[in-house]
Amino acid sequence: MPSNKSVSDAPITQFINCRILRDNELQREDLWVREGRILDPEKLFFDEQGYADKRVDCEGSIIAPGFIDVQINGGYGIDFSQASEDVSDGVSFVAKKILEHGVTSFCPTLVTSPPEVYHKVLPQVKVHDGGPHGAGVLGFHLEGPFISAEKKGAHPEKYLRTFKSGGLEHLMEVYGSLDDVAIVTLAPELPGSQSVVRELSQRGITVSLGHSAADLSQAEEAVQQGASFITHLFNAMLPFHHRDPGIVGLLTSDGIPAGRAVYYGMIADGIHTNPAALRIAHRAHPSGLVLVTDAITAMGLPPGRHTLGQQVIEIQGLHAYVAGTKTLSGSIATMDMCVRHFKQASGCSVQEALEAASLHPAQLLGISPKKGKLDYGSDAGQSRLHLYFCLPAVRAAVVPPLCPQRFLGCSFGLFSWWGEGAV
Amino acid sequence: MKLIILNDYDQASEWAAKYIRNKILQFSPGPNKYFTLGLPTGSTPLGCYKKLIEYYKNGDLSFQYVKTFNMDEYVGLPRDHPESYHSFMWNNFFKHIDIKAENTHILDGNTADLQAECESFEKKITAAGGIQLFVGGIGPDGHIAFNEPGSSLVSRTRVKTLAKDTIMANARFFDGDLSKVPTMALTVGVGTVMDAKEVMILITGAHKAFALYKAIEEGVNHMWTVSAFQQHPQTIFVCDEDATLELRVKTVKYFKGMMHVHNKLVESPPSEPKKN
Repeated sequence: MPSNKSVSDAPITQFINCRILRDNELQREDLWVREGRILDPEKLFFDEQGYADKRVDCEGSIIAPGFIDVQINGGYGIDFSQASEDVSDGVSFVAKKILEHGVTSFCPTLVTSPPEVYHKVLPQVKVHDGGPHGAGVLGFHLEGPFISAEKKGAHPEKYLRTFKSGGLEHLMEVYGSLDDVAIVTLAPELPGSQSVVRELSQRGITVSLGHSAADLSQAEEAVQQGASFITHLFNAMLPFHHRDPGIVGLLTSDGIPAGRAVYYGMIADGIHTNPAALRIAHRAHPSGLVLVTDAITAMGLPPGRHTLGQQVIEIQGLHAYVAGTKTLSGSIATMDMCVRHFKQASGCSVQEALEAASLHPAQLLGISPKKGKLDYGSDAGQSRLHLYFCLPAVRAAVVPPLCPQRFLGCSFGLFSWWGEGAV
Repeated sequence: MKLIILNDYDQASEWAAKYIRNKILQFSPGPNKYFTLGLPTGSTPLGCYKKLIEYYKNGDLSFQYVKTFNMDEYVGLPRDHPESYHSFMWNNFFKHIDIKAENTHILDGNTADLQAECESFEKKITAAGGIQLFVGGIGPDGHIAFNEPGSSLVSRTRVKTLAKDTIMANARFFDGDLSKVPTMALTVGVGTVMDAKEVMILITGAHKAFALYKAIEEGVNHMWTVSAFQQHPQTIFVCDEDATLELRVKTVKYFKGMMHVHNKLVESPPSEPKKN
């Protein structure tokens, strides 16, 4: 059908019979898209006298922005912390697989490793947009090695480090490069952390507190220097104490500088955090909750033994332990499972659950105008559009015939779409 | 005139929508024969628009060969402001139906030369062959469109300064802040609407009752501009019980007695809908 649009000839698709997550609520509206950008249909109508070339009936599904996973260590047999020659292939493989869970952008995470690993792995993967081929990479999340020995969790002790003098320069020696790094997790009680936090923040890198035995005032100090995230709240940190809430206390601290917000990662797999604890955190600071998978190599794989960083892991059901111990080494839940579990455990609305996996991580990383939202002009994913349909009802997913990735299993459906359609 | 009295707002809206639907279907619009419709904004026609959308969604009515001309638009309000009449028409009507943008006409209150815009609007109406059916509402002060009390009864499309009453009535759409309400508007004239082949005025609610009384039971008077339609050969007033509260019992009984005849005008079309 010839289009009569004066601005662009690119075809316009109109998604009808859907609910859109926009302005913090689910609105019953149509979604109009051209070339991977969301259009304002009123502007299209009056300014361009344009109309839709193609209509897709969503049959009542919800359209939500793609999920953003800021802590994922690998999956499907791929371990991002393994120094191999084809890291970027591994990242691309996982990127493609996680589309099925609705994740359209992520931060490949490296656990504590020796400098050789960082020097080999980091240069192989650049920040890039995603598309039908796979989720986009927003930058690495370097979890360690500047963490507390007391709270190392599954991280290998022999590679832990402290800040030598020279702060950032020492960091650069260890990591090699910070060019494609989005997040660094560190323990603020390590001497010399203040200048490191400050310098990393100034470089636009998100500083996260985790694997730490810091008390609340040390944590607040770090936030004042620029830290804005907490790595997997409750895990690998001092427990909440009523006279010194520790890092957990940041959720309700009055020591946060004005205009700044502290976000906190939550592994909502039903294992890493008791639902009651999840609820306490959520109720204390709902707008800061960021769902993360902290998924490990074994995510997506059958039960058994697998490698993570420099250690061996054992899968038992939905649990992943450091082999031979009962220390949790990470999660194998997928992001859509986390969103669903979070909604169920906290009793929050569908809209809040979806925002915890999309809007909040986008706000954390400072990319929200383009991603994490379905506002006019937004990417809704990346340069190509990825929509995530989810069905809060139990019925099986409705997947439009042009979707190449059939939805699997639970009550979430995935829809992929791109310009030169597969219709 | 025909005075159609229904029990409540919903029934009045439905009657009006059915009437419009039937008029369009009987006209059998096509690519060389467009049905031209004049349209109002405000809270009164909302129910009618909802019904028309329903008829479109059911497949009983298409707006593919319908041209619309809105009565008015604020001056100086950005077109995408949620309270502009462009936004109103988009959100409450156009986006739900199959009308083409080029067939809709709304005055542009943001052009540099407002006078030229008004003249051009009149020309567009003429070029479209005139308006088949002009649907309008009535203000509490008896105005049609923005033809405030004192407007000439032979006026054409022009710029008008809004009366204090109108600004106050509109304040509820601007968070109750009088300073935010536009003070000028472009409006079709009384004469422009009089030129239409048929005029249908929707009047619902007790607060419009006095205006209705002035419009149909008193003389033609430029202080109550809707009264001009007493001199139009084809006028229908569609109202609810509350809007008749200021009329004489005799008037109401007379027209209620005619409802069985008037209701024939809104009967469903024969089982084979004339679709284009």
